Amino acid sequence: MSGSSKDKVVRVASGQGFWGDWLEAPRRQVEGGPVDYLMLDYLAEVTMSILQKQKERDPRMGYARDFIGAMESVFPAVAERGVKVIANAGGVNPTACADAVLEAATRHGVRGRIRIGVVTGDDILSRLDDLLAAGHELKNMDTGEPLATVRDRVLSANAYIGSTPIVEALQQGANVVVTGRSTDTSLTMAPLRHEFGWAADDWNALAAGIVAGHILECGAQCSGGNCLHEWRSIPDLANIGYPIAEARADGSFVITKHPGTGGRVSVPSVTEQLVYEMGDPHAYITPDVVADFTSIRVAGDGENRVRVHGITGTHPTPFLKVSIAYRSGFKAVGSLVYSWPDAMEKAQLADRVLRERLDRLGLRFDQVLSEFVGATATHGSLAGDGRDAPEVQYRIGVRGGDRAAVERFTREIAPLVLNGPPSVTGFAGGRPKVEEIVAYWPALLDKRAVSTAVTIVE
Amino acid sequence: MQVRLLDIAHARSGDKGDTANVGVIALRPEWYPLLERYVTRDAVAAHFTEQLTGGVVRFELPNLGALNFLLHGALDGGGTLSLKTDAQGKVYSTALLRMVIDVSEADARAAGLAGTS
Repeated sequence: MSGSSKDKVVRVASGQGFWGDWLEAPRRQVEGGPVDYLMLDYLAEVTMSILQKQKERDPRMGYARDFIGAMESVFPAVAERGVKVIANAGGVNPTACADAVLEAATRHGVRGRIRIGVVTGDDILSRLDDLLAAGHELKNMDTGEPLATVRDRVLSANAYIGSTPIVEALQQGANVVVTGRSTDTSLTMAPLRHEFGWAADDWNALAAGIVAGHILECGAQCSGGNCLHEWRSIPDLANIGYPIAEARADGSFVITKHPGTGGRVSVPSVTEQLVYEMGDPHAYITPDVVADFTSIRVAGDGENRVRVHGITGTHPTPFLKVSIAYRSGFKAVGSLVYSWPDAMEKAQLADRVLRERLDRLGLRFDQVLSEFVGATATHGSLAGDGRDAPEVQYRIGVRGGDRAAVERFTREIAPLVLNGPPSVTGFAGGRPKVEEIVAYWPALLDKRAVSTAVTIVE
Repeated sequence: MQVRLLDIAHARSGDKGDTANVGVIALRPEWYPLLERYVTRDAVAAHFTEQLTGGVVRFELPNLGALNFLLHGALDGGGTLSLKTDAQGKVYSTALLRMVIDVSEADARAAGLAGTS
């Protein structure tokens, strides 16, 4: 990070692609070579509602607890080598998350060297009724329904916020930034905006930061993980290197990984990640900028290095996306395994028998779905008829508003072992569990209705 | 000439609500025009006729040698509602690569595909 601004390179390392990702990755990223920032993404749509439930039980909870262990594994790098950490681990309780990090810092003897910027303002749950009263409809983006349809079942409500409060925290000297529902991409874009001083209307530079964030946000999924292209020859997945973006002020960057690690960074591996979860490529909408993915240029730049450049963007929309989680009935899924000969036919017979029994019990569900794993479960009839399959897992799920009906369904699977078709096994897991469904309500909200704040704690 | 997409492209898929997206990427730049010409919105809708309750939208990314398809109503409600094994549409990618396209001789020759006469 020395020399003229034109030569300045900022390295952002991705150390977590979701809550549950590899525990080893954060430490490996700060120890495997030089990095300036460690970016950790913990939040998926369903995560916020789980965290909200935890916070209701214990007001000190409601954040991604894995983050504390991750911080403990990188404290030496943060305290001694100046690596900064940016994470949306705060969930629905960023303040409690920061407190827990500080407690861990005390235990590790680094308390005086950790300065946390806590970003708040994304959580709009307590403001929902005021917002509705003020005329914000929060209609479902997919169905157009008004929020009133599910208002009494809402568990959590968060606006996806952008890079600005993270930049503010960095400007105030934070070396750890903890946010709630920041967009995944802003966790990478913010430190670049901070380091290079990109203006809030430098659309092309901001869009480049967003594209870097999109490539990094799923961890190793751009560096050889889940990569279909020439998958057999991707080396040493057991030792896979998570990605690093080496960014420059002009908005170009190189995706790479630490030397001596496994996996592969190649044009195909990066391109697979670029198209992942893509909507309209001309308009990748974020709170800060709308990026144009049809402008991206990708080229090899040596072994395990891919250069990305040419990215353009335009001004953002006046809205923030809001993610609302609400209770939506119950579901259960159970399965049995049928073996050769005629595994598929036996499994299909089991399905007919079970469905007839459910009908006779008079159970009503919104959905009953049968799949035949090993034959047609994931590709349907495109995979053929499954007639030659040596074994087939019969998998059946139901969902509906009546918990008792779903409960009763779970008692109907095991009896098939003795009173259904033959050659059946694989029921060791016991009766399936009934799960409450927490569904997801996407909506848009006028940006002016959300204000964020940064608090420094140390 | 019959060409299976698996032999000229790779792919990745994911979800957004009840919509799956499949990005299909040409294995070689000279094969991208085949994707553009033959892997049409209608052909993909026909390929997935049993899987989808909604329509198909196609976007072109010639800069990446890729097409992006949105498959609406592909995930039994999607997210936590879905009862499917593939609730997040992760393997629609390889389901699309099963597709076989019927490439004209001229196009096959222009794309440098082996085995053309």
